[in-house]
Amino acid sequence: MSDEEEDLILDELEDEELVLQMHDDLYDGMADEIDEAVQILLKRGWMPYDVLTAALVEGMRIVGVDFRDGILFVPEVLLAAGAMKRGMGILKPLLVETGAPQLGKMVIGTVKGDIHDIGKNLVAMMMEGAGFEVIDLGINNPVEDYIDALKRENADILGMSALLTTTMPYMKIVIDTMVEEGIRDNYIVLVGGAPLNEEFGKAIGSDAYCRDAAVTVDTAKEFMARKHNQL
Amino acid sequence: MKTLILACGALAREVLALFELNNWQHMELQCLPADYHLRPEKIPDAIEAAVIKARAKYDQIFVAYADCGTGGLLAERCKALGVEMIAGPHCYSFFEGNDDFAARGEITSFYLTDFLARQFDAFVWKPMGLEKHPELLDMYFGNYEKLVYLAQTDDEALTEAAKTAAEKLGLRFERRFTGYGDLNSSLNALI
Repeated sequence: MSDEEEDLILDELEDEELVLQMHDDLYDGMADEIDEAVQILLKRGWMPYDVLTAALVEGMRIVGVDFRDGILFVPEVLLAAGAMKRGMGILKPLLVETGAPQLGKMVIGTVKGDIHDIGKNLVAMMMEGAGFEVIDLGINNPVEDYIDALKRENADILGMSALLTTTMPYMKIVIDTMVEEGIRDNYIVLVGGAPLNEEFGKAIGSDAYCRDAAVTVDTAKEFMARKHNQL
Repeated sequence: MKTLILACGALAREVLALFELNNWQHMELQCLPADYHLRPEKIPDAIEAAVIKARAKYDQIFVAYADCGTGGLLAERCKALGVEMIAGPHCYSFFEGNDDFAARGEITSFYLTDFLARQFDAFVWKPMGLEKHPELLDMYFGNYEKLVYLAQTDDEALTEAAKTAAEKLGLRFERRFTGYGDLNSSLNALI
């Protein structure tokens, strides 16, 4: 960072410039700056939902595109996610008070035998940012945990994540159990994780394989729109 | 019978050690870059290109890779090319022996082999950005409990390196001697 950038006073920037600066700061994983800028926009009378979408979600969208294009790698994405998490931490309680559009409810978790939750956590955060309510079951989930949560929460979407070749077949066990119980078609089932691909997603009977968090958000929105059109 | 072993660069020393140990003079080794360990999506295409290029010069080609994070794509590609590969999900499993590894059912262990103990900084610490951003440690390793060093050889320096790696990651340490495991039996089966 140059001296000139170090001297940047966020509070002196116009709204539009400040939002662009937040995109840069998210990209660079600067959590303190994101925290400060979120507070500034709120003080200026911005609605929490607008701060979330215009500054944080849009900033992470840019990060996601550059990750997909091989310009950014996992460490940079994690730093950006950490910065977004700080901003979301301020906004979340305010969003509950002020209200924000709810696009649907997702139950998400890594499958039994798999403790790798980086991708799952990114998806959960981006889904929340996009307006979905997320019930995060954490890691190492047996089939009954998923099914209980789907029913209990009256969810729309099931998201399953796996990093290992040895654990990804468990997704089929979950989907097959849903079929046996006659509840498969009640939910949109999205799957993701490094060793998965579209063919695998189809073969196990999911609705879609999502290669990253941004694709998951787009896919979830698309399926929710179709679901509403069917009603 | 001239045989080419097309291996991950992370297995080079081990394959050469087996050549020497067994006096396999009819076998030759060609390695793909070890850093495909971090980019498994590159492995199937790289293997295909290498098999096609080498095919005319050898009677037999064997792919010394397990699935290695390709989600079954490497197995499909090898089948289409008519070449055999090592069974199992990854080198941690075949060094320990696929059956034994599966039977343990460990899910909270992070593994190092001789190669990874030797190259921990280059293949784990730096690519994960931990050198510059140790604050990411918990995001990567928060769900792990111990580091298991699967040792192919008895080498005190490597054991110390693996112990140091465990300390850096904040994980308990365990050393497990495996030798060459299913790598040895897979290559032996080619004779």
